[in-house]
Amino acid sequence: MAGTALSGRLSWQLASVVAKHNETPRVITLRLASEVWPEHLPGQHVDVRLTAEDGYQAQRSYSIASAPAPGSLELTVEEIADGEVSPYLSEELRPADQLEMRGPIGGYFTWTEADGGPLLLVAGGSGIAPLMSMLRYRAAAGSDIPATLLYSSRSWEEIIYREELDRMSGDAGLRIVHTLTRSHPDDWDGYTRRIDTEMLEAVTSSLAANQLAYICGPTQLVENVANDLVGLGYPPARVKTERFGPSGG
Amino acid sequence: MAGNFISRGFRGRRREDAATAGRVPPGQYVTPDFPVLSAGPTPRPNMAAWDFAITGAVGAPRRWSWEEFRALPAETVTVDIHCVTKWSKLDTTWEGVSVDTLLADVKTAGGWVTAFSDGGYTTNLPLADLTGGKAWVAYAYGGEPLAPEHGGPARLLVPHLYFWKSAKWVRGLNVMTQDRPGFWESLGYHDYGDPWREQRYQGD
Amino acid sequence: MAGSSDETDTRLDGNAAAGLLADIFRCEPSMAVLVCSGCGAVGPMGSLLAYGLEMGAILRCPVCDTAVLRAGAAGNWLYVDLRGAVSVRVEIGE
Repeated sequence: MAGTALSGRLSWQLASVVAKHNETPRVITLRLASEVWPEHLPGQHVDVRLTAEDGYQAQRSYSIASAPAPGSLELTVEEIADGEVSPYLSEELRPADQLEMRGPIGGYFTWTEADGGPLLLVAGGSGIAPLMSMLRYRAAAGSDIPATLLYSSRSWEEIIYREELDRMSGDAGLRIVHTLTRSHPDDWDGYTRRIDTEMLEAVTSSLAANQLAYICGPTQLVENVANDLVGLGYPPARVKTERFGPSGG
Repeated sequence: MAGNFISRGFRGRRREDAATAGRVPPGQYVTPDFPVLSAGPTPRPNMAAWDFAITGAVGAPRRWSWEEFRALPAETVTVDIHCVTKWSKLDTTWEGVSVDTLLADVKTAGGWVTAFSDGGYTTNLPLADLTGGKAWVAYAYGGEPLAPEHGGPARLLVPHLYFWKSAKWVRGLNVMTQDRPGFWESLGYHDYGDPWREQRYQGD
Repeated sequence: MAGSSDETDTRLDGNAAAGLLADIFRCEPSMAVLVCSGCGAVGPMGSLLAYGLEMGAILRCPVCDTAVLRAGAAGNWLYVDLRGAVSVRVEIGE
C-alpha cells in the first residue's frame, strides 16, 4: 500500500462522482470512483482542478476522508460563502459528473498502525476530514492503538460526522472529546471554549507518554495547538500539522 | 496546463460587467475582495529604525526615517490593480509619496531598479516605469494606515504593471545600470510584467 | 516551532506544495528530506512552512524562516530554486 501511494508519477486524472450527501447544513461529502485510484494512506489529500469553457482554471486541495480502498475515495467539503471552488462542488456537481484531480498526495501527514501510538488527534471544523480517514482506517483494521480525538466545532449542529463519531466513541480505546465554541445545547456538559493549553492538558493527562499528535484545521488553530503541545513537552517531531489556511479549506 | 477536460457548469466567481469591460486586462476578472499573497511571514519592523533608501548608481545614497518620509509631500490616488493570479481590483485608493518626489535630487546613469523589502523580497523594474507619475511608496489604503498583511508600513505601488511588482514592506530602491531579475522573476515570472500585453511569465 | 503572528492565516504546510512539485521529483515529494542552509535544520518537506502557493511555492524552515525551496509555477514551466537547501534527499528503491 505504501509503495503505490508514495511512488509513481502524480498526474491529473478523472474521477466520477458516485454520490453526494450533506454532513451538516454547509458541509457535503462526495463519493468518487476511479479505476486507477490506488489505496491512499490515511491523512493524504488530493488536488482538485476545475476548468471553465474559456479555459479559466481554479484549483484547491481537499483531504481524503475515507479509509483506504482501491478505486474509491470520499472528500468532505465545507462550502465557503462566495468561494471559488467549494460552491461548485457543493451545489453544482452531481452524480455522473467527472472531477479532475491529482493524488494521493502527502507522505508527511499520514498515519498507519506501523507508526504506532498512542494517538492524539486534534481537529477544528473541516479539519476533521484527514483525521476521520485515520479513524475509519483504524476501525477497519481492528487496531487497539489508543486514540483520543479532541474536536472543536462552532455548534452541535455543525459537528461533522457527529453520529458516526458517537458510534465509534469508546470502541477499542477511542476517546472523543468535543468542544463547541459559539453555541451549545442547553443540556451540554462538555467544553464550550476554544482549545487551550489547559484543555489539552486535561484531555491528554490520562494518556501514556510518547503520543503522536496530528492537528488539522484553520491555520490559527493548528499553530496555537502545536505551540501548546510543544509547550507541554511534546517533541516537535511527534507533532504533525496540516494547516487549511484562513477559511478552513 | 494541458488537458481538454471541462468541468460541466463551472464558471468560477468571475463577474463580467459592461461598465468595467475596458478596464480589465486580458485573462483577468474583477474581484471585490483584496486577496493576500505573501512569499514569507509578515515582517514587523522596529519603526524607530525603519528607513527608506535610494542606493546604487546614484552618487550619494538618500535615506529617510519614518518621520522624515511621512513629512514628504504625499498624494492620494485611485487606481486599478492587476494581480498575475488573475484577479483585478478596480478603483483602489492609496495615499503615498510619489517616487518622483523621492528621486527629485537624484542624478543617475542607471536605467534599472531593484526594489527591496524587509524579509528579503525583491523585484526589478525599469527606472522609467517608476517616474513620470507612475509609482508611489504608499502607506495608506482605503483611507486607513496600510495593514501589515497588505504591505504596511509602506509598499511600492506601480499599478500599470502586475501587482507582484508593487513590493510589500518596501525599504528602498537600488538603482543599477543593468536589469537583474528579482524574487519571482528568477522563478519564471516576466521581467517587465505589462498586464495589457499579458506578460505573466518569462518568454511571454 | 516557528512563532505565530497575527497574519499566519495564509501559510500552509509543505504537504500543500507536493502536487505542484511532483513534476520535479520522480515520486511524491513530501517525504523528501531537506537540510536548511540557514540553520542546518533537517526535516521532511511536509514539515516546512508553505507560502505563495498562488504563484508557486516558497517553503521555509520552521526554525529560521529561510526559504529552503522556492518554486515558480510559470505557465508551461516549473522553476525550482534549491539554493536555500544544503541538500535534498529522497528515498529510492523498494
